[in-house]
Amino acid sequence: MTTIDKPPVETPTAPATPQGPLGRFRQFTGSARRWWKDLPWWGRLIGNVVIFGLAALLPYAGQIPLIGPQIITTGIDWNSSLFVMTYYVLLALGLNVVVGYAGMLDLGYVGFFAIGAYTVALFTSSDSLFHMQWSWLAAVPFGFVISMIFGVILGWPTLRLRGDYLAIVTLGFAEIIRITANSTPNFLRGDRGFGSLPHPPGSWSDGTKIFGVRDAKPYFWLGLVAIVLVILAVRNLDRSRVGRSWLAIREDEEAAEIMGVRTVKYKLWAFAIGALVGGLGGVIFVGYQGFMNSSTFVLQFSILVLAAVVLGGSGNIPGAILGGALITYIPDRLRGISDPITHTDLYQWRFVLFGLLIIIVMIFRPQGLIPSRRRAMELKDRAREVAPQ
Amino acid sequence: MSEPHIESLQWEDAANTGRVDAPAGTGPAIGPPTPHDPVDPNALLQIDNVTLRFGGVVALDDVSFSLRRGEIFGLIGPNGAGKTTCFNAMTGVYRPTFGQILFNGAPISGRKKHEITRMGIARTFQNIRLFPEMTALENVMVGVDAHHHTSVVGALFRLPRHWREEREGRERAMALLEFVGIGHRANDTARNLAYGEQRRLEIARALGTNPTLLCLDEPAAGFNPAEKDSLLALIRRIRDEGVTILLIEHDMRLVMGVCDRIVVLEFGRKIAEGAPAVVRQDPKVIAAYLGVPADAA
Repeated sequence: MTTIDKPPVETPTAPATPQGPLGRFRQFTGSARRWWKDLPWWGRLIGNVVIFGLAALLPYAGQIPLIGPQIITTGIDWNSSLFVMTYYVLLALGLNVVVGYAGMLDLGYVGFFAIGAYTVALFTSSDSLFHMQWSWLAAVPFGFVISMIFGVILGWPTLRLRGDYLAIVTLGFAEIIRITANSTPNFLRGDRGFGSLPHPPGSWSDGTKIFGVRDAKPYFWLGLVAIVLVILAVRNLDRSRVGRSWLAIREDEEAAEIMGVRTVKYKLWAFAIGALVGGLGGVIFVGYQGFMNSSTFVLQFSILVLAAVVLGGSGNIPGAILGGALITYIPDRLRGISDPITHTDLYQWRFVLFGLLIIIVMIFRPQGLIPSRRRAMELKDRAREVAPQ
Repeated sequence: MSEPHIESLQWEDAANTGRVDAPAGTGPAIGPPTPHDPVDPNALLQIDNVTLRFGGVVALDDVSFSLRRGEIFGLIGPNGAGKTTCFNAMTGVYRPTFGQILFNGAPISGRKKHEITRMGIARTFQNIRLFPEMTALENVMVGVDAHHHTSVVGALFRLPRHWREEREGRERAMALLEFVGIGHRANDTARNLAYGEQRRLEIARALGTNPTLLCLDEPAAGFNPAEKDSLLALIRRIRDEGVTILLIEHDMRLVMGVCDRIVVLEFGRKIAEGAPAVVRQDPKVIAAYLGVPADAA
């Protein structure tokens, strides 16, 4: 008696020669990726430094002849738009750890952003119950630690849940934070919010403050530095025992556990790291704002960040960066453009256009704009499970 | 059975009925592991009167046997005999309704799966469960990681231990891939390996956890005779490295060729135990496999 088991993991057929513009585009991105991978380490280092150098010059993009005016239309406050991009990119990077690496769907990511922001506000604002009025910098570490603690508090009981169930719990978590803020008029102050929030320290040689009210450029650079640090941290984790464990959990949680991976521990870490990066985003956000209230932390925010991760390419650092940048840039780009039919600002149609764009991308490139190779193959596997040929 | 054994049985029972408030130290199942089987001090894994029920279905019925260090032990039986159930109980996937399983004298029921792996039990899966998008090398490294200690902070800041363990892990994983004969596929993703290579990769990944007991769940399923022969040679080589092997098969010929001792299960009960030559002659085993002739009943 013998069983003839079908091999459960099929070997894929040889890739067909690319056809059409989409195929040629894929071939191009594939060879670009290979070229980048084959560079020596110092080549990639120089490449990365150049990329971030160029990113730091983004505030001056409007001065590029011909292209500049296309990037910055009249309606955009370009510098603050860039700053908003940085914290969306930060959040996308953080959420990418939870969703992209560990494979847990978190719909309440804004909760951690809110905790980071509220922590700093409570320590620094004159409106706070505590009347501590610390400087921004002194409150920053607390912003990290407390959002991380909340990540663990939320993660500990809920990480036994998977998939949709986890998504619902996290969704509830973010709403709890917002509703708590609304219903504690003296503690988190709801709509009234916190005023006179301090900015980050430092002044130029002529005595003017670096982080002032008028110029958003320094905030953008601050955000960029935070992004670089987060990228380094996430990359280090990804290419280690930790990243392997996350990947194994994502691919087959039970098999991973039987191979000795402490699944709960690593899922909790992914959650905590995601929470910390979310808190970092909140901390930087507050440093810029000067005023904040509970209306910032709506559900839509979480959805946008998740959309950024999925749009850019889940499980992939460049993807998260691109997604986070696009998600802020595209709506802003629509400002000041008059729509030909009703002659209103196209910005009012941003959600319609944005939704359309996401639908189009998901139809033609469901794995995201810059996909993680592994995620792309997993998606194909799943598509085959849903619709067997 | 001796008195302490019965007590420990009761404790297992209490734990299964949801009484979590039992004071520590009431049963010998807690506390330092005591040598349990007076008959067989060589036992590595000891299955003591294990019964496993799913609702009304009795999947395992009072099964007892033990594995000795350094042997290749076969667990066989017709389809649905409870082989895989028994296997899952040993690796912590299911918890026995009654009875207990001792590994190196320590009970394993109630422990988490990754803890059981760290104790030294590794397994492969009947239906291959690799991490399909990881390379062959990475798959094995996940197994090797089971005994590594790099913390998240250590990985974050690239502390010396991270580098050391990464290098050791990669070397050991590579050596294991060579050992099972697929070293040349180290950098291919698991999904791109041929079926036989995937089975071998599962064995390499399990060996990565540095087990004292390796459980193979139908490793030859879907193999042709030549592939089966080379697999048997591999199993013998693993045993020669000092790893005890538990082999689940329902192909009698295959098991007879390699096992030192065999237990035969049928309908969740043990019907025979002993050396292959003895088991092969056992009328109950013959009946289980070939059916009982009408005039013999």
